[in-house]
Amino acid sequence: MTQPRTLYDKIWDAHVVEKRDDGTCLIYIDRHLVHEVTSPQAFEGLRAAGRKVRRPDLTLAVPDHNLPTTARLDAAGHRLPIADPESAQQLAALEANAPAFGIRYIDAVAPEQGIVHVVGPEQGFTLPGTTLVCGDSHTAAHGALGALAFGIGTSEVEHVLATQTLLLKQSKTMEVRVDGTLGFGVGPKDVILAIIGKIGAAGGTGYVIEYTGSVIRDMSIEGRLTVSNMAIEGGARSGLIAPDEKTFAYLNGRPMAPSGEAWEKALAWWKTLPTDAQAVYDRVVTLDATDISPSLTWGTSPEDVVPITGVVPDPESFADPSKQAAARKSLDYMGLTPGTRMQDVEVQNIFIGSCTNSRIEDLRQAAAIARGRHVAGNVRQALVVPGSGLVKRQAEAEGLDRIFIEAGFEWREPGCSMCLAMNPDKVPAGERCASTSNRNFVGRQGPGARTHLVSPAMAAAAAVTGRLTDVRDLLGEAA
Amino acid sequence: MTSQPFHSLTAHALPLVRDNIDTDAIIPSREMKSVSKKGLADGLFAGWRYTEVGGREPDPAFVMNRPEYRDATILIGGTNFGCGSSREHAAWALAEYGFRAIVAPSFNPIFRGNCVRNGIVPVELPAEAVAALAEAAERLEVVTVDLATQIVSLADGRNWAFAIEREAKEMLFEGLDAIELTFKRADQIAAFRARDRAARPWVYL
Repeated sequence: MTQPRTLYDKIWDAHVVEKRDDGTCLIYIDRHLVHEVTSPQAFEGLRAAGRKVRRPDLTLAVPDHNLPTTARLDAAGHRLPIADPESAQQLAALEANAPAFGIRYIDAVAPEQGIVHVVGPEQGFTLPGTTLVCGDSHTAAHGALGALAFGIGTSEVEHVLATQTLLLKQSKTMEVRVDGTLGFGVGPKDVILAIIGKIGAAGGTGYVIEYTGSVIRDMSIEGRLTVSNMAIEGGARSGLIAPDEKTFAYLNGRPMAPSGEAWEKALAWWKTLPTDAQAVYDRVVTLDATDISPSLTWGTSPEDVVPITGVVPDPESFADPSKQAAARKSLDYMGLTPGTRMQDVEVQNIFIGSCTNSRIEDLRQAAAIARGRHVAGNVRQALVVPGSGLVKRQAEAEGLDRIFIEAGFEWREPGCSMCLAMNPDKVPAGERCASTSNRNFVGRQGPGARTHLVSPAMAAAAAVTGRLTDVRDLLGEAA
Repeated sequence: MTSQPFHSLTAHALPLVRDNIDTDAIIPSREMKSVSKKGLADGLFAGWRYTEVGGREPDPAFVMNRPEYRDATILIGGTNFGCGSSREHAAWALAEYGFRAIVAPSFNPIFRGNCVRNGIVPVELPAEAVAALAEAAERLEVVTVDLATQIVSLADGRNWAFAIEREAKEMLFEGLDAIELTFKRADQIAAFRARDRAARPWVYL
């Protein structure tokens, strides 16, 4: 009998090229996603050293971070220029580097274009049991399909391009088990916010998180992508979810997924991947689904989580003095007073999108709230940004675009949009945003912007009431 | 890319002990729309450092702008330093500004790797040690980071040992190029790929 192993151990073991005596391993990388912001310097490095891309066939490039989400073609079907010269330069660099190095490239106006972490699973590029990297910390998302996926810096991007390997130290494993049944109006975003609220923003440092339990098993692939996406906000470089029948059904027939005999071979191996019954995790954290409410953040770290029925916390209520100081700074930045009911806080901006929450299910959940209602008068801008061109088409086929537009939302082209203030979609200083993205850092959505992280349904609810809102209050009533 | 080898450094240290200093704070996205690794030092801590967004008027209230810290090349930070975005621009900006070592109770793993690739030593020490070093830095005492012995010390003799992976240490100590090191394993990589391709043909597109 071999030693019982976790899902993580099995993927790791299958990719060790060489193990050094200090425990670090040279790991083979199966999949590499590339975007315009963190790759130009890597390609420049290759060029300067006269190096080639080792495995262009295992590399897929798509622009997402900088692209404006307004129309990309004029009436005659010609590409519209990008106004910001620096963004245009980064995009031009990717457009030139991809063909120069022989890499597959999905261009800015292709129907498949979208956020890398939406495109990878959608194209079947992301597969169970593979190692997948990208110069972006939310690469953890792909772990939802059972891929060992993590974000890397640009030097590592260059290293993978040149060698198709990375030198890594094996992580510890943390099981985050969520058992029970989620309550009415509670979704995947609430689950991951509750997890981060529990373990803290650094709680997963040094670990790979494997999400288990009935809540995760019952969750759709889209929901799992939301949960796995935010592992890094809890400090873990990767999140993982065991592949199961849902995973296989999701992948079967996708353009880049294996087919025919190769599919059968892959499937047989994928089924051996789930963690063995006797395997031991280095740390186990459990959550009871019934304790999870529709949740949101009040501060400037993703660990600053409260239920929507809660109030802005008093900094003095934290035991740790450094946490007290951080909370005072956060509240000052957020313009909030301790004791204020979260539901009394008005918002001026709504963002439904990002690699966390821009898939078809997210849009359906938001549309269910928006249907027959209208964006409140105090809301200055309400954006809905599909995660990819394919999500956008699907939503349009279902009539979701019309629901949003009739309700007063803007229906945009795919991209990272208002998540990170690198493209024209920003939250103005001092204004507040109910956002389905993943980071509420100071200035993340624009200098002085105040972010509350919420689920798509909660963002839609905030849009129609003009304040942070318990989505359950709207789900029950007929519009 | 090779970086300047790091052996031992005795220098002033900048005390910036806040928890969860994220890479958006180290360099905001508006400061990194470049296709180069150069010219990013001006964007370092831009949101804290300047009086206005996009401006370059130093805010005297920010500790890094105080003249006594102008030559600081060691940074003393808080827990979960470098969390958030994987942007290596954060490490490029810190390195270009002149920082060669960061001492903190913990680091985000991606940021930590980015430091090593850019000649910045990530020194992980218990919170009490970091607090003692920050106090010394506030008194403008110099701090020594010695990579060979893996010891951080103060002039009064207090010292703390820190751990670092051998591979990272070698890269920092020699200023080596990681890609060049991996190329030495080309045979092992080719052998792995041949084995793997037979076992998992469906992975190869």
